[in-house]
Amino acid sequence: MRIGVFICHCGSNIAATVDVKKVAEAAWGMNDVVYSTDSMYTCSEPGQQAIEEAIREHKLHGVVVASCSPRMHEPTFRRTVERAGLNRYMFEMANIREHVSWIGRDKALNTLKATELVRMAVEKLRLNRVLTPKKIPATRKVLVIGGGVAGIQASLDCADAGLEVVLVEREPSIGGKMSKLDKTFPTVDCSSCILGPRMVDVAQHERITLYAYSEIDSVSGYVGNFEVNIRKKASYVDWEKCTGCGACTEKCPSRKTFDRFNEGLGATTAINIPFPQAIPKKATITAGACRQFQGKKCGVCAKFCPTGAINHEQKDEIVTVKVGAIVAATGYDLTDWTVYGEYGAGRYPDVITSLQYERMLSASGPYGGHIKRPSNGEEPKSIVFIQCVGSRDPSIGRPYCSGFCCMYTAKQAIMTKDHIPDSRSYVFYMDIRSPGKGYDEFTRRAQEEYGAQYVRGRVSQVYPRGDKMVVRGADTLLGLPVEVEADLVVLAVGGEASRDAPKLAEKLRISYDGFGFFMEGHPKLKPVETNTAGVFLAGSCQGLKDIPSSVSQGSAAAAKVMALLSRDMLESDPQTALVDIKRCIGCSKCVKVCPFGAIREQDLRGQIKAEVLEAVCQGCGLCNATCPQGAIQLSHATDNQILAEVEALLCQM
Amino acid sequence: MSDVTREPAGTGRELRLVGFLCNWCSYGGADTAGVGRFIQPTDLRIVRLPCSGRVNPLFIAKTLLYGADGVLVSGCHPRDCHYAEGNFYARRRLEVFRHLLPTLGIDPRRFEYTWVSASEGQRWQQVVSKFTEQIHSLGPAPRLPGAPELEWMQSGVNPA
Repeated sequence: MRIGVFICHCGSNIAATVDVKKVAEAAWGMNDVVYSTDSMYTCSEPGQQAIEEAIREHKLHGVVVASCSPRMHEPTFRRTVERAGLNRYMFEMANIREHVSWIGRDKALNTLKATELVRMAVEKLRLNRVLTPKKIPATRKVLVIGGGVAGIQASLDCADAGLEVVLVEREPSIGGKMSKLDKTFPTVDCSSCILGPRMVDVAQHERITLYAYSEIDSVSGYVGNFEVNIRKKASYVDWEKCTGCGACTEKCPSRKTFDRFNEGLGATTAINIPFPQAIPKKATITAGACRQFQGKKCGVCAKFCPTGAINHEQKDEIVTVKVGAIVAATGYDLTDWTVYGEYGAGRYPDVITSLQYERMLSASGPYGGHIKRPSNGEEPKSIVFIQCVGSRDPSIGRPYCSGFCCMYTAKQAIMTKDHIPDSRSYVFYMDIRSPGKGYDEFTRRAQEEYGAQYVRGRVSQVYPRGDKMVVRGADTLLGLPVEVEADLVVLAVGGEASRDAPKLAEKLRISYDGFGFFMEGHPKLKPVETNTAGVFLAGSCQGLKDIPSSVSQGSAAAAKVMALLSRDMLESDPQTALVDIKRCIGCSKCVKVCPFGAIREQDLRGQIKAEVLEAVCQGCGLCNATCPQGAIQLSHATDNQILAEVEALLCQM
Repeated sequence: MSDVTREPAGTGRELRLVGFLCNWCSYGGADTAGVGRFIQPTDLRIVRLPCSGRVNPLFIAKTLLYGADGVLVSGCHPRDCHYAEGNFYARRRLEVFRHLLPTLGIDPRRFEYTWVSASEGQRWQQVVSKFTEQIHSLGPAPRLPGAPELEWMQSGVNPA
């Protein structure tokens, strides 16, 4: 075998702490290496061309590149060697950047480590075999999880492109957080006027199937061929029959049900339709609040329903769908602000969250669009906004900036002035973060045109005095303590990953970070991909973002889905398990251990043997580690290849 | 400058640490550590595997018998496996295997397994630093008297 080795400087990323030339020289002495060189940027066009030329000139059979992580550029270099006529699996990478130059300061030790990693790669490559991908059919259908603005955008874009879409939303209506907002920054557009029509589009689109009030039960399969069980939660109303007339909600006697849609600002009925523009506009019974479910005599809703849709016996139902790709757009939840004892921690009715304030401002909200003090219904004249509640606070485990609170607070200050012209708004802030088109101008408008008084400093305490709320804080620009008597205090509560996000990540087999946000494939270059083929991300489930960014990401995820499903056949990864029939004793341990059901027993002239379904095999190698005979081997990571790497490291005599 | 990479005074030599890492979580975590420039001891050499469930305990036994001073296996956190359940198998096998090591005449402290996700760069730094320290406190793996010196033993760089 003739092997070529390329050691990358990566500018100074590697060369600063690794003697690259010395590594390249050392490679000349390795088994089967007939060519070795170093290059400034191996991934650049001239760098890749140099590899192609070397393959032709030196008649190489395989190539080792020592540079960054293979998780970064392995696909790039596989294409490079393929262009020069090699099989793309006759290539190995040594990670001498993330695993060497960036983490070790000692150049001599780094150089030694890099050399050894190259030798390990060379020894592995010597055992590589040519692998050829197979074609597998793909289901041209996509599952979108989450019907917020990002999920809506992804669904509509995919459906417009001709794909079948299944949209799953766990609440009774799609719309997400955006549907709760009154206005949007920086244009002060009416939120429901711009979102409403899109929600209607979803409902009316011939290629979108909407499962509202449903959750993902389980996911199996792989890219192109996922099988998903969707749990339709019991709404105790037959949605086929429900017309959304609202007769039941008018008559329901349980009128003190917590109103989730209105953030608990008002109360609703046990059977309810969350809001007038709800899609689907269907009634749902909150079992915990319904008299019937508490064993009391009721059934009023059933009596008044003109279509006989009420069914208190309804059970959860599982629907199975087959899809080729999945977009996760599960959004965010508000951070629990009641941990802040100094702000009253939910004890005072006149200390509310920003989202409750949105519901207050909204004409379809419980206050009919009038700003009132929840305690006595009077119009507040002095309103204090406190920024960074649950953001940028390591003490409650939320060190990150939520990104949208500065902007919505500016909007709320403007709206407040519009609603109550003789009111005064005070904003306690840490920094004003307003990068974005027209954003900084907007926060300035709030201050200059609408007279919102911005006070740079934190609030130390909020407490009642008479029927007012006293807000004590510091003005750090003046270096003075400040006290404001407020009628209403609005906390700019930050966001956190949706509470069930980790559970969903485990079902989708994608990673999530320490806060529960889903991990993208690459922080810059793969913002909507995940490391699981066929699973994409959109919106705040990947990291908090505002509406324009969520919409962009929804479209971006849709574009990725379209590219993936633009073909009828997908290429399967040929790094699959392979059975050596002669060594297989038919014990079927591999069959039992395979998480994907990719191995089955076959009868070969009266003998039981294992057989791998290549299209189904995901290449985890569990079977390989289980087989007592070593008869089943994972291509490209065989026992011999792994041990060759170890031997390269330890057994150089 | 290289105080973190130095082993206890006297030997001035790196020890032989081998890591078997799953591609999806721990290898990514090690990458994240690199991107974040979380400085680590340089002794560890990483073998990339698709899954911690791919690790046959015999790999670890062989690695230790070949003369490695320590072996570290790291995968996705339980329940977060890219292949749904590979790390459950790994956990069971590796836990049983750890108890077998004394039978082979190997100090079980020379072997560890852990779970590090792709986002946990800092945690990876801590895992590597702690494990390296642990192996350095045990010193080089014992060798039979008269066993031949291997190449790396002569070339062991002495940064001191």
